[in-house]
Amino acid sequence: MASQEVLRVEPSRGSFINDPKVRGMVFQAVVVILLVASVWWIVNNVIDNLQRLHIASGFGYLKSRAGFDISVSAIPYTSDDTYGRAIVVGLINTLIVAVAGIITATIIGFIIGIGRLSRNWLIRKICTVYVEIFRNIPPLLVIFFWYSGVLAVLPVVRESIGLPFGSFLNQRGFYLPRAIWGDGSWLIFVALLVGIAMAWFVARTARQRQMATGQQFPVFWTSLALIVGLPLLAYVLSGFPLTFDFPKQSTFNLTGGFHIGPEFLSLYLALSCYTAAFIAEIVRAGILGVSKGQTEAAGALGLRPGSILRLVVVPQAMRIVIPPLTSQYLNLTKNSSLAIAIAYPDLTATAGTVLNQTGQAVENVLIMMVVYLVISLVTSAVMNVVNARMALVER
Amino acid sequence: MGAGFTRKKIRICLRIRVYLKTEKGLWVMKHIAIGILGAAALGFMASAASASTLDDVKAKGFIQCGTNTGLAGFAAPDDKGEWKGIDVDFCRAVAAAVFGDGTKVKFTPLSAKERFTALQSGEVDILSRNTTWTINRDTALGLNFVGVTYYDGQGFMINAKKLPGVNSALQLSGAAVCVQSGTTTELNLADYFKANKMEYNPVVFEKLEEVNAAYDAGRCDVYTTDQSGLYGIRLTLSAPADHVVLPEIISKEPLGPAVRQGDDQWYHIVKWTYFALLQAEELGITQANVDEMKTSDNPEIKRVLGQEPETKIGTDLGVSNDWVVNIVKAVGNYGEMFERNVGTGSPLKIARGINALWTKGGLQYAPPIR
Repeated sequence: MASQEVLRVEPSRGSFINDPKVRGMVFQAVVVILLVASVWWIVNNVIDNLQRLHIASGFGYLKSRAGFDISVSAIPYTSDDTYGRAIVVGLINTLIVAVAGIITATIIGFIIGIGRLSRNWLIRKICTVYVEIFRNIPPLLVIFFWYSGVLAVLPVVRESIGLPFGSFLNQRGFYLPRAIWGDGSWLIFVALLVGIAMAWFVARTARQRQMATGQQFPVFWTSLALIVGLPLLAYVLSGFPLTFDFPKQSTFNLTGGFHIGPEFLSLYLALSCYTAAFIAEIVRAGILGVSKGQTEAAGALGLRPGSILRLVVVPQAMRIVIPPLTSQYLNLTKNSSLAIAIAYPDLTATAGTVLNQTGQAVENVLIMMVVYLVISLVTSAVMNVVNARMALVER
Repeated sequence: MGAGFTRKKIRICLRIRVYLKTEKGLWVMKHIAIGILGAAALGFMASAASASTLDDVKAKGFIQCGTNTGLAGFAAPDDKGEWKGIDVDFCRAVAAAVFGDGTKVKFTPLSAKERFTALQSGEVDILSRNTTWTINRDTALGLNFVGVTYYDGQGFMINAKKLPGVNSALQLSGAAVCVQSGTTTELNLADYFKANKMEYNPVVFEKLEEVNAAYDAGRCDVYTTDQSGLYGIRLTLSAPADHVVLPEIISKEPLGPAVRQGDDQWYHIVKWTYFALLQAEELGITQANVDEMKTSDNPEIKRVLGQEPETKIGTDLGVSNDWVVNIVKAVGNYGEMFERNVGTGSPLKIARGINALWTKGGLQYAPPIR
């Protein structure tokens, strides 16, 4: 009899199919069932097919000996290490090029973006040309442009271009002297850390003082003196512990020193230049998005153009800039997989080699997908935090 | 559960019936039907993939053959866009055995990295792409190698003009080495330099063309791959005469075609096509004399060419009885294929060496066709 009561409490609202609550639940249930069924079907089919074709499966291969070498590695790696470590080497290479690219692209992008709004005709046009060229060429071609450019223009090893400080530039890349830290050099790093901490403290105090009294303090020059001066002082006091290992000519290559290959250089330059064009447009849009009244009001208060940009326009523009900037950072990271075309051992390249040596395509592609997904999600999360802090605090 | 529940149930049923008669209801029904049909089609596709390769090939009318993207002598398009080489000729031979027509084959150029996945997934029916036969590929990768169409070994090539005085691979310590990724070459290279306590800097590309371009541009000092490949690649460099192949051979590279595991009939057809090519050479059957040979008195030749009365050799294999005639008509025997593509009749001018028939001191040997 309970159901009769329910019927009475909830009088019929026409068709049961038209009840939005019921309909919503039915549709959601159907979607979930379909999703689970299709995932189950795909997984089952993959397992079936792998077994039918007698292809090995599982992730056990990650612990086997890799047997191949990798040209660029930030962590110790030899052919005796495992496939798993080879993939990690590739991942670190991807992260290095992505982080370096993001920093450079942001700097170039901001300069070009602000340059596009310059009052100077020449600067404005140069920046426009830059944006239009790099934005309209596929990134792979930009990479090839740099790589072929590096290979074609630079001289062979024997005719390396000598640069200041004992560094060399040739077809095989950029050779720099490598710093060798002697005894007592820990003092220099301590001094550097102390310098940074003091600079931060000075900046804070100066800001508080300006808020309270309106008096300004030369924060920039003081900080520079602290960050550069203290380590220099420590260097002299600890008895000049720093020596350099200079690159030297041997039978085939320059040996010794610190070597940056043309593959990294061209990938890094190409990704930076390409993404910078998009960032420039985002920055321009952000600045144009700040009402002109803000600039005029700041001008009326007597601020100089540089200060207006730094103190009034850019902080407001950042609110508009950061969300699309995140997408560009993600794009740059993902575009770094184009490294495969020019022999830079990034994640796609090394995991691809592992794939081919083991034949375990499904597992390897899965690893690649998960890793890129995690990198992208972490980037997004960081940028969301930055965005939250930058957001206008409304009163 | 009283009368109320039943009343409600009846009401719902009635409403559904009424609903289904409306236009919207018909639309929903139609889409459910389409969904069921679609799911059925997917299920059908899954089962079709496991049908025999021979039936699939016959149904589509051609063989899909995975080859190199461009390696002179093995698989490279000529100036008319026609594929030439020992590997593509092998696929033509299989097409001749299956269809009696060596042109019923389509080529899929594959990089070293793509090749196994392409075969595993059924994108190609045969992988004939100067691929080294190893135990790992035969077992864990789910392939079956049918034989060795070319016995090769890994070598090194350097620019002698830029590096005078280097005449042995043991002098290569510290060199930058260009190599293609995902190959046995890459592994042998690591082993060789490690065993000889030498250092090197690998410059690894995915595509053969990229390796060639980088080596030609001077990105690396040394190019390493199978020796036959080095001779072929040397021809494509900007100054072939400047480059020399060093004498050391650091590995065994038995190159041959492979098929998927789990289809014995297709495996047999491809394997016996290879043996038929060898047998034809051994018996002196050539592209030019194959028709005369059909009337030969030699019982072995008659048997191989399917001229024995009531013969079942071809049909047991799953092809026609004159399959060997078709193969030889399409591409000649193994010796002709070799000379035309990599031997004296080609710019590569590679000697038969260990690729000669066993009767001439080589390693090429076919079990009897009987």
